[in-house]
Amino acid sequence: MSRLWGRIPWTLVIFLIVLWVPWLGSRYDTFIATQILIYALFALSLNLLLGVTGLVSFGHVAYFGVGAYLCGILTKTLGVPFLIAFPAAGIGAGLFALVFGFFCVRLTKIYFAMLTLAFSQIVWAICFKWNDVTGGDQGLPEVPFPDLDWMAALPGFDHFRIAEKFFFVTLVIVALCVAALRRLGDSPFGRVLTTIRENPERAAFIGVNVRAYELAAFTVAGIFAGFSGALFGIFNRGVFADYVFWSKSADVMIMTILGGMDFFWGPALGAAVITILNQQITAYTEYWPFVLGTILVLLLFGFPGGILGALDSLARRLRNRAGA
Amino acid sequence: MSASFLFSQFMGGLTAAMFLFLIASGLSLIFGVLRVLNFAHGSFYMLGAYIAWQIVQWVTVSFPGHFWLAALGAALGVAILGGVIERCLFRFLYDRAELYQLLFTYALVLILGDAAKFAWGTQQLSVSRPEIMNGGLQVLGATVPYYNLFIILIGPAIALAVWLMLTRSPVGRLVRAAALDREMLSALGANVGWIYTGMFMLSALLAGLAGALVTPIQSIVPGMDVEIIVQAFIVVVIGGLGSFWGTFWGSMLYGQVLSFGILIFPGFSLFSVFALMAVILIIRPWGLFGRPIR
Repeated sequence: MSRLWGRIPWTLVIFLIVLWVPWLGSRYDTFIATQILIYALFALSLNLLLGVTGLVSFGHVAYFGVGAYLCGILTKTLGVPFLIAFPAAGIGAGLFALVFGFFCVRLTKIYFAMLTLAFSQIVWAICFKWNDVTGGDQGLPEVPFPDLDWMAALPGFDHFRIAEKFFFVTLVIVALCVAALRRLGDSPFGRVLTTIRENPERAAFIGVNVRAYELAAFTVAGIFAGFSGALFGIFNRGVFADYVFWSKSADVMIMTILGGMDFFWGPALGAAVITILNQQITAYTEYWPFVLGTILVLLLFGFPGGILGALDSLARRLRNRAGA
Repeated sequence: MSASFLFSQFMGGLTAAMFLFLIASGLSLIFGVLRVLNFAHGSFYMLGAYIAWQIVQWVTVSFPGHFWLAALGAALGVAILGGVIERCLFRFLYDRAELYQLLFTYALVLILGDAAKFAWGTQQLSVSRPEIMNGGLQVLGATVPYYNLFIILIGPAIALAVWLMLTRSPVGRLVRAAALDREMLSALGANVGWIYTGMFMLSALLAGLAGALVTPIQSIVPGMDVEIIVQAFIVVVIGGLGSFWGTFWGSMLYGQVLSFGILIFPGFSLFSVFALMAVILIIRPWGLFGRPIR
């Protein structure tokens, strides 16, 4: 049963299901689906550090922000086409992650978390104050959508607005990135990262250059966070300094943990749950942070393994009972 | 630039530094003992401000010494709240990974921030300066308000008191032992749980007091919690986390860099502080007064 479960190409299955949202759902559903996809990629990139390597990065939003600003500045201010600006945003975020990570991986545990937080606040301060380039506290409004007119020629696409067309772009990019992250986690590189998470000292004893691997993981996570940021800037029609504020790092961490950081799909599930809950609850009350905080406390005390962790232990208990 | 201008700039930086020190010292204290960065420290500061405002409303301005009563009440109220949170929730997370402790304090930020919004609304509130503190002192042609002088004096006074308590008293010895080896201290018969609770309360007390004392100078607004925690964080990172005097000199440096940074790069004073933090982190990741980490 579980072997069969593991063989299903989940990325493809989810891709094929989500693909139908613009036809079957409303415009609002497509909007929410796009947001979930982008946050899922962001949370999955964080989990490469948090769940796979065991690095508590409290400044992951910096690379999301760098990607968003780079893509926004390139496409809006400089008029560079999306096809060039998007990879550039990922690479730029990766370079930032490489430089900051170089200093961060020299520290461990809580000190690592704080240094990543400090660097993310430096990025925030630059974005907030560098008026000429980032727009300062006004941000960069009206980041243009990529040119997607060619999509109208596809059968069944002619009635879609630009927002739905961008949904397909997001879906394809996120699916490719998720497939890459999945492949990376199962690769020898990913196994070494897991070894480092389980026991850094032993990993060093068997000849693993722990810092180099951690830095590589940090950089890769930064690249994917940059991709998600670039998509988000376009999706949200603008890039603002608020996105880079430290509390956003905590928010994406909550998504990751809510879904279950020990499972590949946990962060994506967490992103979906938080996004949908946020939409539902903000319709009734302005006190969404209170709800989120309460969920977080319940999670930390009741279900530290997240939703998938809780389901997994429930399934295990049921199987044991059936076996006995 | 005249001497009086530079001097008033310096005094402004010093006042800001002493406020920050009151806040950051509590943050550093908790880190020294519990090894956790308490994001909710800024929320305690904000609650201190709101509680002080509330007490001032209750006792009316005509009551003599109403401001001092409010400051005392705010500090004690926040300390009690901190103690309750530590006893009922936080202590059950001590044996869990740092990640869970960090996120718990973040959950407190979310909950307390909204609770304050619910109780006191979103409009700006302010408290007037206590009457004996009206007026100012003429020094080098610049006027320094008495209240600022009071803050500049009370900062080091509290610093000294806490430092003496930590290094020269039996309680302080227990606290330092708890920071070094919790299990061993517990095996020796000390009640480590209550030491932690006490330190948490002391830290919350300092935050609540700072929040109450800041009300005559700054208006009380939602969002002051996350704003101050970033500044306190920078201070403790510069000075060295867990190092008491590091926090003191870190806040002095922060206040002056902010105050004179405005003159050198107008509009970029915030950036100059972050740049200072970046340089220190790269050269000495453990801060100016901290010890290298194993």
